[in-house]
Amino acid sequence: MIVQALTFYLFAGITVAAGVMVVSARNPVHSVLFLILAFLNSAGLFVLMGAEFLAMVLVVVYVGAVAVLFLFVVMMLDINFVELRQGFLQYLPIGGLIGLILLVELVLVIGAWVVAPDAAATIAEPMPAPERMTNTHALGLILYTRYVYLFQIAGLILLVAMVGAIVLTLRGREGVRKQRIAAQVRGRREERVELKKVPTRGGI
Amino acid sequence: MVDLWQGYAWPGLVIVAQIFAILVPLLLTVAYLTYAERKVIAAMQMRKGPNVVGPFGLLQPVADGIKLLFKETVIPSGANRVVFIAAPVVTFVLSLIGWAVIPFDFGVVLSDINVGILYLFAISSLGVYGVIMAGWASNSKYAFLGALRSAAQMVSYEIAIGFVIITVLLCVGSLNLTDIVLAQKDLWFAIPLLPMFVIFFISALAETNRAPFDLPEAEAELVAGYSVEYSSLTFALFFLGEYANMILMSALTVILFLGGWLPPLDVAPFNWIPGPVWFAVKIAGLLFLFLWVRATFPRYRYDQLMRLGWKVFLPASLFWVVLTAGVLVATGWAPV
Repeated sequence: MIVQALTFYLFAGITVAAGVMVVSARNPVHSVLFLILAFLNSAGLFVLMGAEFLAMVLVVVYVGAVAVLFLFVVMMLDINFVELRQGFLQYLPIGGLIGLILLVELVLVIGAWVVAPDAAATIAEPMPAPERMTNTHALGLILYTRYVYLFQIAGLILLVAMVGAIVLTLRGREGVRKQRIAAQVRGRREERVELKKVPTRGGI
Repeated sequence: MVDLWQGYAWPGLVIVAQIFAILVPLLLTVAYLTYAERKVIAAMQMRKGPNVVGPFGLLQPVADGIKLLFKETVIPSGANRVVFIAAPVVTFVLSLIGWAVIPFDFGVVLSDINVGILYLFAISSLGVYGVIMAGWASNSKYAFLGALRSAAQMVSYEIAIGFVIITVLLCVGSLNLTDIVLAQKDLWFAIPLLPMFVIFFISALAETNRAPFDLPEAEAELVAGYSVEYSSLTFALFFLGEYANMILMSALTVILFLGGWLPPLDVAPFNWIPGPVWFAVKIAGLLFLFLWVRATFPRYRYDQLMRLGWKVFLPASLFWVVLTAGVLVATGWAPV
């Protein structure tokens, strides 16, 4: 058990330290890299809990896709650090106020937190042995039956966001010559080449 | 104390020994893959290839390795030191840790986890970080352009790979790599899912930044892309990582489509040969395809690359996911 506990504290410690570094690192690219470190260690925590599917999905989705695009954007930003420091005192009161409100909210939420009354019933139910039911199976069974509407709604929201992003950024530019592969494949020999009889010294 | 030894220290030592048993042959294979690449391409271009160092040039990879080892590591003055050094290390480590879940024969696997295929998918999606970190940390425009291209390319082709994996998973009903191989006992998935096999192989070329999709290091436009500022051991790590990734993707293709360690037919002369040999032979065949493609096709243009990924592979693989699911449900072949 002691090794599991040590591993937990290792992962948890690195996650928290990386989280602190995300907000305190001066270079935004370093911040994103620390964010990735935090994600990876959270995946490690999931594995320790036996939630292997969630751990892998966390890595695939957040680290493999979201953070890559994030890094992509941050690297292209042209940030002037001197300018960034200047407004610090000016924004301190409002930032501190927001932080304080969030802290109070968190305290209230955690203070009023109780275990859901039907959770005890769920725990009392016999859980299928891990040899018979992997947690991918278990998640699929509950996601596509009990929570199928929520799942579909989440998918629709993502679709709307995607369509919105495309509509906002799509612009039909005039005068751009694009390669149309279908038209190229469709073209016949007669349209493209012509055999000319060139008289000697005459030219075309 | 005895508990600690029995419970942790001894298994730990066994695991370390197993890791070495996988990594040492793997690195040897990587070294000789570079040799094979030069020999194969030379033969296709009617040249001799390396033939001076050792008999048939067999010691050439060793000579190259020693040469790289003894060169000076140059770190550009404008580079971000930590990220610059970390990038090749990330690439190299990611190309090795994928082998933890690859089954070489029934039960011959370092870690037989339930979500093996997802683990491999996660590892291959992390591969982009080595390239993008190298491009940014080098503080050079060629390196940065190469890194941006690579990021866009790998993210695009990952989607096609994801859909292909889903198709195979629909036919297997498990995410465990051993189960995936055992499900192909009667029929390799390459036959019923042939279009997906082709898509997967081409996407694997793009994912490993191999020709004809080697735009991140297109030497004609970008000098050497993201690896332009790297020298000596840091460059060697990139190089080794890239070739180890090729072998890993070939192993994944073999497991998903070509029946892993299973012989082509379960009859007398074929099943005398042990499983790991079949596995190695299949991987070698796919690696030969990798090299053959490099010797044959010119590099893709960037917009054609994006078109192929998003407008051809994405709809085609999505269609096949729906088709496979429909057929499996309609005929009742779907695994429980």
